[in-house]
Amino acid sequence: MKLLLGIGGSDDSIRALERTVARVAETGDDLTVAILRNPATEADPEGIEQRVRAVLDDAATSASVRHLDGDPGSRLVELAEQEEYDRIVLGGGETSPMGKIKLGGIAEFVLLNSHVSVTLVR
Amino acid sequence: MTDDYPDEVAGPFPRPPTTFEDREGRSITIRRYDPEDREALTAMYEAFDPADRAQGIPPTSEKRITEWLDAITGEETVNVVAVHEGSAVGHATLVPDEPANTAELAIFVLQDYQHAGIGTRLLKTLLGAGAAVGFERVWLSVERWNDPAISLYEKVGFRASDTESFEHEMSIRLADQTESTG
Repeated sequence: MKLLLGIGGSDDSIRALERTVARVAETGDDLTVAILRNPATEADPEGIEQRVRAVLDDAATSASVRHLDGDPGSRLVELAEQEEYDRIVLGGGETSPMGKIKLGGIAEFVLLNSHVSVTLVR
Repeated sequence: MTDDYPDEVAGPFPRPPTTFEDREGRSITIRRYDPEDREALTAMYEAFDPADRAQGIPPTSEKRITEWLDAITGEETVNVVAVHEGSAVGHATLVPDEPANTAELAIFVLQDYQHAGIGTRLLKTLLGAGAAVGFERVWLSVERWNDPAISLYEKVGFRASDTESFEHEMSIRLADQTESTG
């Protein structure tokens, strides 16, 4: 399966990265990691890329790593549709002190707009 | 978490305990949560209709209910329960958030006890209890299609603070900001 993981540096996106890479190490799926500009985080793209490379190395797994500039949700959906990915994978949101799940802005956009299946990692 | 609160202070709100007759003529007591209420509260959430869940709470399995109740009845939280004939029929909670003296709010009323005026009382009494222990700002999130809940929160004094995502965030100010000592 051809997977496209979007990561913008939020905690839930890092968790999605770790879980997806662990799974790809078992399944051998074809993984692309797209580093997004998430306006809600202050993570710099180079720092995210280092993190991605470290997680891939630890799992002895390879993936293509790409940077997407501009609006994160729309760029991700565009890439997934144009290059015929089977699935978009994203972090499934943060949890408030109360325990309420709050979906991130990128996930909201992607869920409502993507013709490609979407997995939210919880 | 919101960082937008009304300038105006809401309240004053009643403090627990309080006993009243609901619109169905049932005698309801609202009081501070006591660890002895834990069993009754667990029973309430086990009976709770999953269709009324919001954003993943209350959780549904016994294990997740236990973990969640441990977290939201922990240190520095404020909890009030509505009790009818020894059973918990409603629960409202304030859980501390950043910055200091800020809390997130949630409220649940068992299905058979909804639309009877219990939610409004529970909410006001929780805010009274919260103000009494020094909470200055309270926020909550509510699914944006949940008009009855949004109306209830507005009636008590909450104002929309963020309406751009799936969930509306609303906030209320319980006290003027503490003078900085720094």
